[in-house]
Order: sequence, then structure tokens, then C-alpha cells
Amino acid sequence: MSSILSSSRRSRWERRVALILVAVGSLAILVPLAYLVSGSLTSKETIKTVPQSLVPSETYRTPIDGQITFVYNMTVNGQPRQLAVVEKNGENWVYANPDNPAERYTLPAADPSARATKLAFHPENYSTALTKSPFGSYMLNTLVILAFVTLGTVLSSVLVAFAFARYRFRGMPLLFMILLSTVMLPSQVLLIPTFVFFANIGWYNTWLPLIVPAFFANAWDVFLFRQFFLAIPLELDEAAKIDGCGPLRVLWHVILPESLPVVLTVTLFTMIYVWNDYFGPLIYLKDRALFTVALGLQDFNALYFQQSHLQAAGALMMLLPPVLVFFFAQKYFIQGTVVSGVKG
Amino acid sequence: MGTITSQRRKVEARWALAFLGPWIVGFLAFTLGPMVASLFFSFTRYTGTSAPVWIGLDNYITLLTGDPKFWNSMGITFTFAFVAVPLSLVLGFLLAYLLNFKIPGMKVWRTLFYLPSVISGVVVAILWRGLFDEKFGVVNFVLSWLGMVGPDWFTNSQFALVALVLISLWGVGGGMIIYLAGLQGIPTSLYEASELDGAGRWQQLTRVTLPMMSPVIFYNLIIGIISCFQYFTEAWILTKGGPDDATLFYNIYLYKNAFLYGAMGYASALAWVLFFVVLVFTALVFRSSSMWVYYEGEVRKS
Repeated sequence: MSSILSSSRRSRWERRVALILVAVGSLAILVPLAYLVSGSLTSKETIKTVPQSLVPSETYRTPIDGQITFVYNMTVNGQPRQLAVVEKNGENWVYANPDNPAERYTLPAADPSARATKLAFHPENYSTALTKSPFGSYMLNTLVILAFVTLGTVLSSVLVAFAFARYRFRGMPLLFMILLSTVMLPSQVLLIPTFVFFANIGWYNTWLPLIVPAFFANAWDVFLFRQFFLAIPLELDEAAKIDGCGPLRVLWHVILPESLPVVLTVTLFTMIYVWNDYFGPLIYLKDRALFTVALGLQDFNALYFQQSHLQAAGALMMLLPPVLVFFFAQKYFIQGTVVSGVKG
Repeated sequence: MGTITSQRRKVEARWALAFLGPWIVGFLAFTLGPMVASLFFSFTRYTGTSAPVWIGLDNYITLLTGDPKFWNSMGITFTFAFVAVPLSLVLGFLLAYLLNFKIPGMKVWRTLFYLPSVISGVVVAILWRGLFDEKFGVVNFVLSWLGMVGPDWFTNSQFALVALVLISLWGVGGGMIIYLAGLQGIPTSLYEASELDGAGRWQQLTRVTLPMMSPVIFYNLIIGIISCFQYFTEAWILTKGGPDDATLFYNIYLYKNAFLYGAMGYASALAWVLFFVVLVFTALVFRSSSMWVYYEGEVRKS
């Protein structure tokens, strides 16, 4: 009896310690994101003059006697005060209370590092990022590519997986082995001839090299679909066939309705992959008008030199769609990741 | 009777072929064809604009005997692999282990740690460039509290790789999810039995959990090492392989040869060497697979 009690008490303590460690660890995920959010709301002048802070802030300046002047963190009679500089004469400066300019102090000269900061949100960074670089059209471009790639991948992979799940002919096990082995093939081996091929047929600097291959089935997705299809009882197929359904209608009316979770998994993974992909667009797209978001984000670093605040806003806009999709459909992501982790 | 069956088989075969069609065409056009071509290019001098010139094994000989950058990029990639991969393995496992204590809000924590895995490498790079900024970044700010002067991470050949390793650890949540699924798959009866035998938590971890998880851990280790050879986006955006080639990852060197130096023949040879490395590691997975692979979902006889 006492051993059971102590064991449950032990596990309660363990759970507490685990919770604390996990909570501390989660800061490593959250804090960097918080800095990105803060950076995206900070003004251009500030982002390269003040150390990063978790709340968007900027150098505190205020008009005194018709002149814009810096406010410093000072100490008056042992009390911390924020005071604006009015006059700089050598060793001692004249300061004023920003809220009551008549209240003056003569104090030693302040160091620039003592300049005060105040909260300042610049949500207009987002609209500036959208208009100053054609970020909106980059998003649209990405969405068009994404729509075609997702459609092509799901459509073709479902068809091929259906064949591997439901037809048995000589040579099919061999074909399936070949399919599986291509999963392991590093893409670099195919990179150069594929690039040369697309360039030779005039597809360089178009979206076609990014879209068209998707319509020829993705080995990994075929595998995923096939595993799922195999679990659907053949009796359902047979019943439909007796009712006079051809293979396409069996696939459409029997297999697909049973497979919606895996269709969703593949759809979501493909969408996020395309949205996030950098390498494909990097090698195939040259014209700014065709750029995807991943390429376009670099605009703020090259074309408009060091617009870190706009880049942060753009990065957040790029980050948000996959994160939202993930939040609302995480069940399917976790399924997909787990299956890929324990695949044979 | 027999002819009807054989006719039906024929119709069936046509359907099967039609369904397989997209993959067969795709395999020939986008896998087998390019593979053969790439092997051929690797034996040529090829700029991509003029016709390839056959030079036999020259690319491979140059690569192995006369190109310090090749060995440098190999070394950097393996260094990265042998530091970042074990670290993320341990961290990912630790997180999964902690979450598996059925702590409150388990799903929320799981979501949070997985989050970086759905964020584009481009965004990850931009995010960390800010944090690693020499003057205004929070990393050096924290170091200054500890009385240290932080470097300018991405222009310092000693620290650029360290920064990239740290950034890669931000993505441990991807592995964590897999470990968590594995942990949840360990039968509770094993723990109960070990508890009856008087095992403490540490003994349960080392005698039950780790042995049961070893296949998953090993699998992730190999996949992690292979993926280091595909690593590109973050390093390309942050350092372009610099400074002084200190972060010249294998894939970045390959990309530079193919698309910046116009050495497509040489880059093809690099790709085939990479393929060989991947093959060796894949073989390791398969040789060990008898220990842990469980096949299910066999096709039933129709």
C-alpha cells in the first residue's frame, strides 16, 4: 500500500519537474519568434540603432522650445528621471522635463548610451512591405504554383497508388521496389540534367519546371496513399464492381471517401512544401515578376538595402499561412511526420 | 471460360498501366533519364552552354586529388553532421521523454516545439540573422551580460558554423514528434514488469525505453546525416558558404559549381560522389533493418 502511494507521489513530482523543464525549453522556440514580431513593428531608424527588444521601441525624442531633442535616462536626487536636453555647454548640460518644459535642471553631460527609448508600434511596416516590394504579387505567384503542384501531386499520386494497391501483375512488385528506391535518391543527382532539359525546351524563367513534374506522381506520396488504400477492405471494391462500377468509379466512390485523412495529409504537406521552397524558384526563376515569396523576401536585403524592419514584416507574412494551417490541421501533420519517421 | 478470364485480365492490365502511366512517364523523364545524363555529364567538361566534352575520369580524379575545396566541403558537412545531428537527437529525445510524462497541456507543448518545422528556411535564416547581429542582436546582448564580447557571427570564420549548428537545433521538434510516437508505442506492460522488479526511472530509461527506441533513434541518425548533404537554404542565405569557405557545405559547393562557375560536368561528378555517400548510409540502414523493420499491410490475394 505504502509503495503505491510513494510511487504516485513520485510520479507527481516527476510530472512537475518535466513541466518546468518543458516550459523553460519552450522559451527557446517562443523568444526568437517574439523578437521577429517585435522587429517587424519597429521603425527603420530604430532597428539598427537600438539593441533588439521584446517590445518594439524607439529612441525617445521630444520637441522642447521648437527643437526636437533626445531624452536621456538621468538620476536626479537619487531618483531615476527621463529628461530632455535643452542646451549643451561643455561639462554641464541643461535638461528639461519633457512633460513640463519649464522644469529645468543643470546636470553633467550624458552619454549617448543613456538615451531613453519608448514604446512605438509601426504596423505600417506591413503595408509598406506589401507595396514597396511587390510582395503581394509574390504571394499570388506562390499561390498559383502551389495550387497547380498540389492538384498535380494528389491527382497523379492517387492514381499510381491505386494501381499499386489494387492490381497484381508480373513485374509490379519490381516496379514498386523501383519506386521506393527513388525516395532515397538525392535530388542533386537529377538536378543538372533536369535543369539543362528545362532550359533547352525554353522553360527557364517560367513556372513550368516547378509545376509540371508534380503531375507525374511523387514516390513518397504514392507510398503513403498505397499504405492507406491497402487497409481499405477489398469487399467494398467488389460490391461496387458488382453494381457495375469501373475502376475509376471504384477509386472515386469507394477508395477516396475512405482516404480523406491521407489526402488531407498529402495536400497540406505539399502546400507547405511549395510555399516554403527556396531552391526550386532560386534556380528556375530570374524575372522579379515571377518570384515566389521565398525569393522575394531577399528584396529587402538587396534592392532596398538593409530594410530589416520590412524584411521582418515580410518574413512574418510568409510564416503565418503555414503556421495557421498547421494549427488547424496538426493532427494530419503529426500523422504524416510519424509515418515518415517509422517507414520501412 | 478461359478466354473470358484472359480477356478480363487484359482489360485489367490496361487499366493498371493507365493508372501507373503518370509515374512511369515521370520516372523515365524526370528520374531515369536525368540519372543517365548526369552520370554522362560527370565524365565530361560541360559548361551548360556548349556541348559536353568527354574527359573520362578527370572530374573524379581532380575532385579526389586536386581540389582542396571538395575535401573542405566534405569536412564541413561531416563536422556539421556529427555535431548538429547528435545534439538534435539528444534534445529531441529529451523533449519527447519529458512530454511523455503526461504533463498538463501536452498537446500545446507538442505543437509549440513542432512549429519551427513548418517555417520556411528563408524565414528561419532572416529571424536568426537578427538575433545573431553583432551590435544589436540579442545573442550578443546576452553574452555581454555574462561578460563576453560576442563575435560578428556570420562574418567570422570560427563562429559562422557554430551559429548554423545552433540555428539547426531550433528544429528539433520534427524529430521529437517521431520519438514521442515511438515512446507511446512502448507497451506499458514492460514498465509495469520492470517496476515489479524494482527498477527505478533511470534503469527503466536505460533498460527499457532506450533499447525499445534504438531503431527509431538509429534511423533518425542516418536520415539526419544524409540530410546534412542536402542542407542549403539557411546557409546560403546567411553566409553563401563564407567567410573564407568556412561554411562551404557540400551542397553549396555543388550549387556554386553548377550555377555560378558553369562547371556542370564537375558538379555532376560531385552529385555522384554525394550519391555514393548517401548509398553507404542507406546500406547501413538496411543492414540494420532486420533488427527493427516490421512490414505490415501486405497485398491480399484478390
